[in-house]
Amino acid sequence: MRTVTIVGASLAGLYAARELRAQGFDGRLVIVGAEPHRPYDRPPLSKDFLTGRTDESRLSLADADETAALDAEWLLGVRARGLDTRGRTVLLGDGRTVATDGVVIATGAAARRLPGDGLAGVHTLRTLDDARALRAELTRGPRRVVVIGGGFIGAETASSCARLGHAVTVVEAAPLPLLPQLGARMATVCAALHRRGGVDLLTGSGVAALRGATTVTGVDLADGRTLPADVVIVGIGTVPHTAWLAGSALALHDGVLCDDGGVTALPQVVAVGDVARVGGTRAEHWTSATEQPRAAVTNLLAGHTRVTARTVPYFWSDQYDSRIQFAGRYREGDAVHVTEGEITDGGLPGPSGFLARYERDGRTVAVLGVDRPRAFMRARRELRRAEGQRDDRRTAAPTDAVA
Amino acid sequence: MIPVCRLEDLPEGESVRVATAPPIAVFRTEDGELYAIDDTCTHQDASLSEGWLEGCLVECPLHAASFDLRTGEPTCLPARRPVRTHRVTVEDGVVHVHLGAEEGTAA
Repeated sequence: MRTVTIVGASLAGLYAARELRAQGFDGRLVIVGAEPHRPYDRPPLSKDFLTGRTDESRLSLADADETAALDAEWLLGVRARGLDTRGRTVLLGDGRTVATDGVVIATGAAARRLPGDGLAGVHTLRTLDDARALRAELTRGPRRVVVIGGGFIGAETASSCARLGHAVTVVEAAPLPLLPQLGARMATVCAALHRRGGVDLLTGSGVAALRGATTVTGVDLADGRTLPADVVIVGIGTVPHTAWLAGSALALHDGVLCDDGGVTALPQVVAVGDVARVGGTRAEHWTSATEQPRAAVTNLLAGHTRVTARTVPYFWSDQYDSRIQFAGRYREGDAVHVTEGEITDGGLPGPSGFLARYERDGRTVAVLGVDRPRAFMRARRELRRAEGQRDDRRTAAPTDAVA
Repeated sequence: MIPVCRLEDLPEGESVRVATAPPIAVFRTEDGELYAIDDTCTHQDASLSEGWLEGCLVECPLHAASFDLRTGEPTCLPARRPVRTHRVTVEDGVVHVHLGAEEGTAA
């Protein structure tokens, strides 16, 4: 394999580049990025970057020395437009083509849009440019902010806006925020965090339309109410960047379909990060984007699936001065027990936080920690060890799981 | 020189956070050795005193960056910058931290 092209220059793409060099690939490495920026870390965008506690220089994922050591050709500010059916040519938006022997797809996902969101004052928060624009608007004095969506981006952004002194309302269509991720009991805690942070949380409220001529003035709810707004932030999930792969030989369904090792329908094309549906799951977690490239690159260089990237999913969220950490897989119907610390009568985490375990058929399938990092870390390790042992019993060679 | 706690109050395998500015984490390894490093992970805001201690390595509780307590150097991503190390002594049964003089020294 003489040329490998990584399409996507964010976290998963960078980690794939590191793995290629670490695993001995010494050929030509091309990295294509739609954004004009070198790889940067997205999680701080909704938190410390938005509140001004950190600046752009702290977001960089690779310093000059490391970038030089990767010895890659960076094609930034240009989108990939297509992949030929053999997976040997990447077409770029500016008409150039890259002939390649292997491809790593790491194009990520885009913030899901809302009809009418072209009005001034309406924002999404996914990229550095998104965050710059929102930060600029939030520094122009107190604003009435409406956040549509009570998921992670919505909650973290609402929390940052409240910290900056804005009047914030969160609109969530479901009866509770983060219900599919955490289940009802723990979602109730997240609802209480919003209220503790001084934010109005409207649940069970769909959005009918955005109001305004050129600049947004309000949000019309499905129940007929209108929320006045100077700034609207749309945080209603993501759409994987797969449109450029239409017409390729790859199977696409809410992501690029891959096996457990990140390998697509073509053995010399692998996918990692938010765009990849690995073994049936599109994880969209920071940690997955850093873990998947190891196995995917091994398999790419081997020409077949030699190792799998099965790991225990993990995510964290910082909201309203609380740190939420979750590992494992929650399913509706799992029993939830608080095993350390407590939840107060008001539904808030106690003074030293709490740890909760999700159980199914008598075993722990997930753990949640709120402001309880040490206990969470121990529980997460136990979960990983238990899953590893089950995998060992289940799988016989030829595929070995990599950590 | 900052007094931290009595030695018997820091069992082997445990750590304690000192609320200096910036805060410091003091570890007592399973082998009984004492080490002190800056408490805040150089990757993102997380307290290393709440991390996972294994031998002379501590793993950050947020993103699993790992640091060598002896040198402060990161041993794996996502951290790329070292934490400062500080000298630790025990005097009359009390653990003391001696603040490192320079930023970025790893000795």
